[in-house]
Amino acid sequence: MGDGPPSIWEWIGRNWDTGRVDSIKSLLTDHLTMSFVPILLALLVALPLGLACVRWRWLYQPTSGLMNVVYALPSLPVFMLLISVTGLSQATVIIPLTFYGMAVLIPAVVDGLNSVPDHVRQSAVAMGFTPLRRLLLVELPIAAPVVLAGLRVVAVSSISLVSVGALIGQGGLGGLFTRAYQNPFLPPVIVGIVLIVALALIADGLLVLAQRLLTPWVRARKGAAA
Amino acid sequence: MNWLLSFFGWLGEFFGDADNWTGSGGIPARLLEHLQFSALALVLAMLIAVPLGLLIGHTGRGEVIVVVSANLARALPTLGLLVMFVLLLGASSIWPVIIPLVLLSVPPILVNTFEGIRGVDPELRDAAYGMGLRGGQVLGRVLVPVALPLILLGCRLSAIQVVATTTVAAYTGLGGLGRYVIDGYATKDYASVVGGSVLIVLFALVVQVLFALLQRVTVSPGVSRRLKVR
Amino acid sequence: MITFESVTKRYPDGTVAVDRLSLEAPTGEITVLVGPSGCGKTTSLRMINRMIDATEGRILLDGEPVQGIDPPTLRRGIGYVIQQAGLFPHRKIVDNVATVPYLLGWDRKKARGRAMELLERVGLDPALARRYPFQLSGGQQQRVGVARALAADPPVLLMDEPFSAVDPIVRTNLQDELLRLQSELNKTIVFVTHDIDEAIKLGDRVAVLRVGGTLAQVADPKTLLSEPADDFVREFLGHDRGIRRLQFVSTEALRLRTDLTVPEGGAGGASGEPWLLVVTGDGRPVGWRSGERPGELEPYGTFVHGRDSMRTALDAALLSPSGCAVAVDEEGRVVGVATRRALDEALAEAADG
Repeated sequence: MGDGPPSIWEWIGRNWDTGRVDSIKSLLTDHLTMSFVPILLALLVALPLGLACVRWRWLYQPTSGLMNVVYALPSLPVFMLLISVTGLSQATVIIPLTFYGMAVLIPAVVDGLNSVPDHVRQSAVAMGFTPLRRLLLVELPIAAPVVLAGLRVVAVSSISLVSVGALIGQGGLGGLFTRAYQNPFLPPVIVGIVLIVALALIADGLLVLAQRLLTPWVRARKGAAA
Repeated sequence: MNWLLSFFGWLGEFFGDADNWTGSGGIPARLLEHLQFSALALVLAMLIAVPLGLLIGHTGRGEVIVVVSANLARALPTLGLLVMFVLLLGASSIWPVIIPLVLLSVPPILVNTFEGIRGVDPELRDAAYGMGLRGGQVLGRVLVPVALPLILLGCRLSAIQVVATTTVAAYTGLGGLGRYVIDGYATKDYASVVGGSVLIVLFALVVQVLFALLQRVTVSPGVSRRLKVR
Repeated sequence: MITFESVTKRYPDGTVAVDRLSLEAPTGEITVLVGPSGCGKTTSLRMINRMIDATEGRILLDGEPVQGIDPPTLRRGIGYVIQQAGLFPHRKIVDNVATVPYLLGWDRKKARGRAMELLERVGLDPALARRYPFQLSGGQQQRVGVARALAADPPVLLMDEPFSAVDPIVRTNLQDELLRLQSELNKTIVFVTHDIDEAIKLGDRVAVLRVGGTLAQVADPKTLLSEPADDFVREFLGHDRGIRRLQFVSTEALRLRTDLTVPEGGAGGASGEPWLLVVTGDGRPVGWRSGERPGELEPYGTFVHGRDSMRTALDAALLSPSGCAVAVDEEGRVVGVATRRALDEALAEAADG
């Protein structure tokens, strides 16, 4: 047998930064790009679309129907179908993830804005807020907790979903899974799972922190209720 | 528009090939496999998650399990979990693949069943007990029918998850429609990749429609408020 | 009869919700538990059907301690009505009403037949039976709640603030309906409310509870208004309890004058009187004619002689510039006029009694 298989720490040390594209460090960077770009894009699209759905009620039914369908599409075949359009690039993963994110965020934005009590909206109008200022200073802050809750779901699932892209060679840390399966060897899988879960938890934690900073009154209210 | 032409070309090639319609690698057989694996995993997940969700929701004990499992299930990468189980347990049977499939589909059902039961108006629960229903009757005759939309939503979300994960599981040797995609990609047989992908997407959409129908049939109009107030 | 024997409810954290409550709710009467929030009135009610179990003391239902009866069995024999009606949203109205009969194993046809009968009894259109609760108004839902509680014809009815979530007009209707039903059914009813007016209107006996779950006073409404036991009860009854007490004083003994009416179109009448009541040919009131301005008719107020209370009669007098109340019979025909002097005499007597 000679040397036994390397321990998990040895393996990490040997593969952390080899300068090649499949080093852990480079996979991690790819993973971050492919998960955060869709999260951001989804938010940027979902905010105006959600606002539009609240402003023009008839828009919501078809939009949410479409988003339900989008959400039901399995990721792997969608990646595969996109290859013929976008090739084997990061965009092939980023585009579907953006749509999955929108499927969660658009209803969240709509629910959030609908959670603004009517008397609050009315009194803002009565005090002479212009529609834009009312949106920015009154309605969006009140909608923020619901939107942020949706964003947490999107962030965590995007980070874990990127790894499926490994099956078309664009999976960030998911690449560790395919490598482990091809030359049967456990440590890469463990490292991959742990890193992805850790990334997801960090992102989730940061969003919780953002929620506390952005909407301090939510916590104050909970404290008062307890 | 070049890609659109090749897209339809591949589709024609895939579905027009008579060999693709017969034998163990044919579309009917693969479809049946996909259905069997998905249904097996979903039914097992429901058998675990629905009673557990009902119990936790009804007694109010063990909420932590629900919260933790929901967060963990979302964060765990499906491909990683599949590879891990296959490497640990070997690929001698379907179980190393079915187990992670079930594990990943339990949380959506669990969370929604729990939320559904817990969200029932306390007045309703009070009225039910006050009229002399026993604990089990309150659960079965009042709480479950009222929470049914959410319970079914959980099952639908899990079904989405299972269909997608069954596809990915083809990478670790499971049969089903995912084979066309994985094998086709490996051998650069794009007709197979595109044809298989379209089949899976259609399969997923049919499952959605079936769940919508199930909801229509099983949820009382008094709960879904489908009827117009006359 | 329901008997509370020194019943205490203490929660594990030490809070005492009900403190040594002794009380009787006589058979066939409405006993109202009333008091501010935190007085333990709902807790007391819920201990009767064991939705909550008493810590100390006993509650007897016709002499039998409820603690010895299996709760679901006990509850199936006691009607229970709560604030938001608590109707099952997934079942049609008829099946909601038939809930307890189904539980008791009646066959479907009999249970539904009974449900239809009850819907009519509580004043609901039978066409509503096929609807779902969300298709009914709050007042209608509350009536269904009452029908559901009556479905298995239980001798006892527990009502926990059943009318407090509906608007005042609907509430008055529901209260009148309950009194009408009770006059037909003679159930033993325990009714919880925080509204003292509701308590006085509905109760044969009213038990006033104070914060901390002790009994301040139990009496019939008239006694409660005239002889409040202490400052707490006095304050809880409010400022105009003198006026309100008049609703328990009959107008039977009120002296009426029959010489103050003139027929429509006719002139004159007993001269020298400042006000005369103009009536139609079949005896219905038209208006007051003043001696100073005979061309104009002034408004009048009526009360049903012998049925309405002194409060109504006084109210009728205050509605008219004449200061007199018009006494009518059940059909609305004038039987006489109660003058200020007559009202004054009756009031003096009421103040003495």
